[in-house]
Amino acid sequence: MTIKELVEVLDAEVLTPELSLDLEVKGGYVSDLLSDVMAHAKEGDLWITLQTHLNIVAVASLKSVSGIVVVNNRRPGAETLKKAVEEGIPILTTPHTSFEIAGRLYQFLNAEKV
Amino acid sequence: MTVGEIIKNLEAMVITKFLPDETEIDWACATDLMSEVLYYSRDSSVLITGLTKQQAIRTADIADIRVVVFTRGKEPDTPTIELANEKEITLLITPFSMFTACGILYERGLRCCPE
Amino acid sequence: MKGGSGAVLNKSMEKNYEGSFHIVGGDFSRAGEASTELKSILQSLGIEKEIVRRASIATFEAEMNIIIYATAGILRYVITPEEIRIIAEDMGPGIEDIELAMQEGYSTAPEWVREMGWGSGMGLPNMKKNSDEFYIDSVVGEGTRVEMVIRRQIFSEGRSNDH
Repeated sequence: MTIKELVEVLDAEVLTPELSLDLEVKGGYVSDLLSDVMAHAKEGDLWITLQTHLNIVAVASLKSVSGIVVVNNRRPGAETLKKAVEEGIPILTTPHTSFEIAGRLYQFLNAEKV
Repeated sequence: MTVGEIIKNLEAMVITKFLPDETEIDWACATDLMSEVLYYSRDSSVLITGLTKQQAIRTADIADIRVVVFTRGKEPDTPTIELANEKEITLLITPFSMFTACGILYERGLRCCPE
Repeated sequence: MKGGSGAVLNKSMEKNYEGSFHIVGGDFSRAGEASTELKSILQSLGIEKEIVRRASIATFEAEMNIIIYATAGILRYVITPEEIRIIAEDMGPGIEDIELAMQEGYSTAPEWVREMGWGSGMGLPNMKKNSDEFYIDSVVGEGTRVEMVIRRQIFSEGRSNDH
């Protein structure tokens, strides 16, 4: 499943239109603690978080996650988005909570496996 | 969903004395940031968090949340468990990540707190 | 400033209860104790559950702001039959742009604070959300003063933004 296929499911808005959304999403990771993401997120995870500051891009890039979904209608600032484009990390925003987005993504990924 | 069902679904370990098996949980709140819990949660929610610190228990107590789930099998320190016991908060540890824990509970019909 | 550490509950007054807590900046190990104690006091006075919850949440955020940003501060409360008034005053850096600080998600908290589960930029919005009246005053380099009123009558006007 690619990020492109998930945009609608997650009611998401793409904040980095410059970037391709054909990256494959292999799993999900929910965390608002950067140290936790650094320690445990896996390559290809879609990272679901409330955090919007600049450092999320560096962490996402280091861990090679497929993209970031920022929840609860949060919007990262221009600086974060610029860095995301440079690093090739798509950022999406959604009005839903982490729980809701994790739930929807979990169901979709499971349905795909069957 | 009852607390007992949450324990079963999340293959969780109960590490506090208080065990309200039949208590109904209406909503879920999943975050590591405590102000979000205070902002969005309702009472009769379960808090799912990777922040395995006393702060999570304090926050739950202030927000009238009686059940807290720590994810990824991470055990808190003794003062955190003691505080949960003192506040009669049920503390659970699930081996699942926050993503999987949310996914399982969502699949079984639990939803997040309405705004 | 009155009182020592912990709560000073003045029971000599017939109807009003007041007291204060001293908060030490940076002391995460005790973070939330003052608010927890105030919550117990509110509960012991038989105040309605939802009012207790709102007052506790507003106080907790104020307490955390002192711990995160200030050197020290004091939390005062006055409980009357009509309202719960909470005043948080600190000796801290102050807030440069209050309007910006009131925006949901705006934060100047350093990374280590975020790793402790705080500093997500919801503190001030949360205080405002849970208060019927909210006042903030800040002087850069000196400190910040927040005053919050939670009315005890649920039917009173002024909760227009409540969901």
